[in-house]
Amino acid sequence: MTVRFEELKKAADESWVGLHGQQAWIRVGSAICGEAAGSEEVIEALQGEVAKRGIKATVSIVGCLGPCYAEPLVDIITPGGSRVFYNNVTPELVPQIIEAHIANGQPDSQLAFAYEGDTAVEEVSPLYDLPMMKGQVRIAMRNAGNIDPFDINQYIANGGYAGLDRALTSMTPEEVLQEVKDSGLRGRGGAAFPTGVKWGFLVGSKSPVKYILCNCEEGDPGAFNDKGILESDPHTLIEGTIIAGYTTGASNGIVFIRHGHEGPIVKTQQAIKQAYEAGLLGKNILGTDFNFDIEVSLTGDSYVAGEETALMESIEGKRAMPRFRPPFPAAYGVWGKPSNINNIKTLAYVPEIVSKGGEWFSSIGYERSKGTAIICLSGHIQRPGMIEVPMGITINQVLYDIGGGPTPGHSLRMLQTGGPLGGVLSADKASTTLDYESMAAAGAILGSGGIIVADERTCAVNMARVLAAFCQFESCGKCFPCRLGTGHLVEVLERISRSESRPGDLELMKSVGTSMAASSLCGHGQLGYNPIQSALSYFEEDFRSHIVDGKCPTGQCSEPIIAPQRTRPHRWSAPAQGRAPLPAGRLALR
Amino acid sequence: MTTMDSDSLRTSSRQAIQDQEYPTKTVLSSLLSIEDALGWIPEESIEEVADFMKATINDVWAVASFYTNFRFAPPTPNTIEVCWGPSCHLVGAMGLAEKALDALGLENEGDTEDGAVTFKFNTCLGACSHAPVVAVNHKLKGQCSEDRLSELLTQIRNGS
Ligand SMILES: Cc1cc2nc3c(=O)[nH]c(=O)nc-3n(C[C@H](O)[C@H](O)[C@H](O)COP(=O)(O)O)c2cc1C
Ligand code: SF4
Ligand code: FES
Repeated sequence: MTVRFEELKKAADESWVGLHGQQAWIRVGSAICGEAAGSEEVIEALQGEVAKRGIKATVSIVGCLGPCYAEPLVDIITPGGSRVFYNNVTPELVPQIIEAHIANGQPDSQLAFAYEGDTAVEEVSPLYDLPMMKGQVRIAMRNAGNIDPFDINQYIANGGYAGLDRALTSMTPEEVLQEVKDSGLRGRGGAAFPTGVKWGFLVGSKSPVKYILCNCEEGDPGAFNDKGILESDPHTLIEGTIIAGYTTGASNGIVFIRHGHEGPIVKTQQAIKQAYEAGLLGKNILGTDFNFDIEVSLTGDSYVAGEETALMESIEGKRAMPRFRPPFPAAYGVWGKPSNINNIKTLAYVPEIVSKGGEWFSSIGYERSKGTAIICLSGHIQRPGMIEVPMGITINQVLYDIGGGPTPGHSLRMLQTGGPLGGVLSADKASTTLDYESMAAAGAILGSGGIIVADERTCAVNMARVLAAFCQFESCGKCFPCRLGTGHLVEVLERISRSESRPGDLELMKSVGTSMAASSLCGHGQLGYNPIQSALSYFEEDFRSHIVDGKCPTGQCSEPIIAPQRTRPHRWSAPAQGRAPLPAGRLALR
Repeated sequence: MTTMDSDSLRTSSRQAIQDQEYPTKTVLSSLLSIEDALGWIPEESIEEVADFMKATINDVWAVASFYTNFRFAPPTPNTIEVCWGPSCHLVGAMGLAEKALDALGLENEGDTEDGAVTFKFNTCLGACSHAPVVAVNHKLKGQCSEDRLSELLTQIRNGS
């Protein structure tokens, strides 16, 4: 069966028009964040209310539009009307909203949050005039919150798979590669390596089987944008991956997700299935002679599984322990085959880059950091959520213009960026521009895009201790500088935090940290001291206060220290009575 | 939950290994599939996975003991997870953990004495924008105050 893209597009456009035709369309944001805010109860209430009144309406579950603080977020569009958003909806508010908006045809301006469309709603702001939405440039998040992630037609109707069609039918792989190189796209998984150059390595590896690995391990606490994209718009990843496969001559794609995150997993699986059915995956894609397959691979709980070579071990079903390099993945990757690994966000940009051209993408952004940054705001901030902004704006703009500043009545004290291997910045460093180089120069990294905001109640020793505890808990244990070093750092930081430090503790940490950076096998150990180092450089007074004055500057450290005691290898809960001990030799590494 | 005898554990493990959704079957994927089906990894499963994957018992234990989601004792009917990631930590995760541990009579992660509830930490439940986050039987609850947590714990105890 060969399908031409025009046929798919025509059917998709018709179904999109149908959605806006005769009846109301209700969308509810229900990604992981929506679920945590209680979207499931709201969906139930909406379905119940619509049924009770005998109203004809489609209720769809969409992903995350971004303003998580407004969740549960519901929007309603009636034929000919504007799309009206309602924030912080509870099941109790549902009857009132349905009554006003659908039964009486009058959006409830008291409860409404924003509108999008030609018909203004009195006293309500247009969506993109909201402070949180205003400065955004949405590329990878272009469909987030707007389309049903379970419906491939909605993706296609909104421009989806046009990039793939363009690449397959009118461009050579070399031309696509050139576009990606011209775009200046760099990896969004942490290391910021130029994507076009990385793909070039895989092009150079000759093998009938080659892999494109899509990394959605996303263990960084404070970052939820990879899962956010998969939950909101999984097809943008699938399309990006197929294009990467065409460009590099790869045969297979693997989407790597942590077990237990049902939303992203189910949506990705469904997207893959639909792509096969539409002839966008499998043999002779869109009637060309290009073949490509994608499957999902799940991993267990392990942060280091997100490291590129540990990820390959995990796909092969082993412990997620990094491999020695060389050989590099492009030569010897998963199952020994040439492989390319990219972050979800990186691949999610690719369809638009191919559709609109590398030059367009590189016109957005700043110096060597092209395109947008997908940022997750959390912590002591008024408007937490997920946003996409052009690279090169300042952290201040993100925090104040978009995020609304710190929690009312409090003042900004510190920022934690780039995940637990990133850094800690002081408030005055919020003038730093969001781009890879400036962030690195400030002693933090942009990393996967998490920005955790901490106000004056936060002590830097406490923050450093929590990050170090995470690194210790997640160390895979393969190499001793990291396995022992992370433990040692936690021990010292716990001492300092209890104001029981010993002379020379700061020097001791520095020496451990330096050894870890110099001699660990992977980024986990190499970067594990970073947050402590940056906390020390910006907040030495906090450490001094604990060490010299014997007290926590903010009082935060008087909280008890509770953290998981497990370590790898672990044994979860006591075995049943009489059970034999674990076989000896389970520590043996393969 | 009724405890299964050794033979049924074996049969269910074999079934779970067979029923995996993904075409690429590995030691890890088989273990994950068993964990989904049984809620734990009994020794019988380790042997079945070793058998199916033509791996050694050692190899399978190595993987099972590495990923912290696996448990090796029958599950309790209720699991409460508290996120201790930095976003949640900043806005009160420690207080929640303390409260939950106190209420459950536990010192740290583990099962309550009556076998009714399991307490776990999670490094990030993925809803950081709604910190602090807890999960009750895998359902996320954002902006969880200590009072709300108490309510949730009572609900668990009352079986609702
Ligand atoms: C300990 C550790 C954990 C990592 N975790 C992730 C992760 O969860 N997601 C991710 O995309 N990259 C992660 N990385 C980075 C990957 O190794 C790799 O650089 C990245 O996936 C490449 O994609 P990119 O070029 O698109 O950025 C991690 C690295 C280290 C050292
Ligand atoms: S640095 Fe840490 S995480 Fe990386 S291989 Fe060594 S022990 Fe494992
Ligand atoms: S840090 Fe708690 S949900 Fe992410």
